[in-house]
Amino acid sequence: MSTNGKIVTGCLAPHPPHLVYASNPDRNEPRSRDAGPWKVLLDGYANLRRRLAQRDFDVIVVHTPHWKTVVGTHLLGVERFSGYSVDPIFPNLFRFRFDLKVDVELSRAIHDEGQEAGLVMKMMENPEFRVDYGTLTALHLTRPAFDLPIVCISSNRAYFYYSNEVGDREMTALGQATRRAIRRTGRRALCLASCSLSHRHFTEEPAIPEDPAFEGIYNQNQRRWDEHILDLIARGETRRVMDEMPDFIQQTMSETSDGSLSWLLAAMDFPAIPGKVHAYGTVIGTGNAIVEWNLEPGGDEDGP
Amino acid sequence: MTRSAKRRGELLAGYIVPNRPHVLLAPEKNRGWQSLHDAFANVREEIAESGADLLLLFSTRWVSIIGHQVQADPAPKWWVVDEDFHEFGSLHYDLKIDAEFGESYVRAAGRRGLHARTVAYPGFPIDTGSITALTLLNPDNALPASIVSCNMYSDRAETLVLGKAARDAVEQCGRKAIAVAVTAFSNRMFTEWIDPAEDRIHSQKDDEWNRKLLELLGQGRLEDVSQLAREFTRQANGDSKLKAIWWLAAALGQNNDYRGRVFDYQPVWGTGCALVGLKPIARTAANLEYDEDDVESFTGDRNVLSGDEDES
Repeated sequence: MSTNGKIVTGCLAPHPPHLVYASNPDRNEPRSRDAGPWKVLLDGYANLRRRLAQRDFDVIVVHTPHWKTVVGTHLLGVERFSGYSVDPIFPNLFRFRFDLKVDVELSRAIHDEGQEAGLVMKMMENPEFRVDYGTLTALHLTRPAFDLPIVCISSNRAYFYYSNEVGDREMTALGQATRRAIRRTGRRALCLASCSLSHRHFTEEPAIPEDPAFEGIYNQNQRRWDEHILDLIARGETRRVMDEMPDFIQQTMSETSDGSLSWLLAAMDFPAIPGKVHAYGTVIGTGNAIVEWNLEPGGDEDGP
Repeated sequence: MTRSAKRRGELLAGYIVPNRPHVLLAPEKNRGWQSLHDAFANVREEIAESGADLLLLFSTRWVSIIGHQVQADPAPKWWVVDEDFHEFGSLHYDLKIDAEFGESYVRAAGRRGLHARTVAYPGFPIDTGSITALTLLNPDNALPASIVSCNMYSDRAETLVLGKAARDAVEQCGRKAIAVAVTAFSNRMFTEWIDPAEDRIHSQKDDEWNRKLLELLGQGRLEDVSQLAREFTRQANGDSKLKAIWWLAAALGQNNDYRGRVFDYQPVWGTGCALVGLKPIARTAANLEYDEDDVESFTGDRNVLSGDEDES
């Protein structure tokens, strides 16, 4: 393990269970006919995986919207979880067997750093806790072997309880705490923000979920905003992304209101390098992008 | 002859019950939580004496996106752990579900234009609110239950239609049902760790609004409360816009003709939680004015911004 920890790579890694369903892994029970309209996103994830395989990581740190906590930010604090996860929203698509290890030392370090920064933090130490599908999906799509320990960070409800601005401030503090903990523990980390961009769903689903005739953006306002945010990311203007985040959330019901992207940008210290956009596509009306920030020296200049 | 052909079903009563696991997992930590826990016994007794053969739940803790989901696994057995309060322990459950009714409810919802489906998957995570309610109301599974989800996008019209569909299904299936709204009233939680013994309603304003609604419910004025829901939510951060109350009022017939009883009202981590019973009685609700629209069927999302890809 390295002596000077760092975030090697940060990714926007959305978690629609549709993408797991569409790729028919053995560990997921439902079967899809084909990749359907989500092929562009699956191809983007494949490209991301190919590039990540060329780098060494000790740990994957995931911030997930589907572990929603009101009382502060929580982290998994048990060394191993295994079991069967059924998505309560899309149980027809995601019934997934998993077995994963947790880097409890790093989790606790993030907990302590967050607490030191004034955040309400909590370790989750109930061994029967069900790891959320936002975490499992993002992990499966970026590193399906599940061979690295993980840190799983919950989504605090500050955006909903107070305001988008308060939420962003908390996530900035949490991201900074995460960076300090990674550095202090000497980890080489892959950080994943497991969220969509625009996030208004269709509330109906076709009999065959992968039927491409049904898929599309919920409305053009969402697409325009998504394109705008991705344009800023591609130009390396991450601080401006953060500046515009409250408006983006308000106008697109963005899932970034769960804090994942703001946390990631802060953890990476708002990199001024271009983010590599591997794919953009819609899933049941929501806008999803797969983005990579390679923070290794010269990482912003590497190839496709 | 099937049971549904033999008799016309009816909703015998409605109840509003808390949706937080504290009252089941850790009642001893706070006098109010213990009080709510104990008050469940009174509701349980009433239900046992009612002659009901179905408990029909709407839970704000079961959030759906694809329309509404109805639990239809006849014997779900699994466990869940609360996302915030995991240190209070796990909720293991072993329930009895009326799957036949669930299918009927979905069909009834479809006839009113709603998108609904049953779910019956081993390991499906039944929500903590439903488990808490069913464990305390129906500990021995004496009655089969049905549970319907709370769609995160639905507003009043869609939720009313869902309630009316519940009534349709009960009548068509010949069930004698008790409708249970699993919900908080004011829903502002403390966002820091508190000593459970020091729990209180988050603000005086929330408390006063809760008490006003409970005063009306104690008079049996469920429809008045339903029509106040939007204002209550604005003022006191109502749980899921008080959709559970909209659903309950629609299922029970959209009137004020009930004998209301407030069994208990207590804070749970800052939220307002109460146990309320509403039994239909013959009474004319005079001199009341209902301002909100009524709706019989759902005609879909009002997605006015959707349209062609290229609007240039």
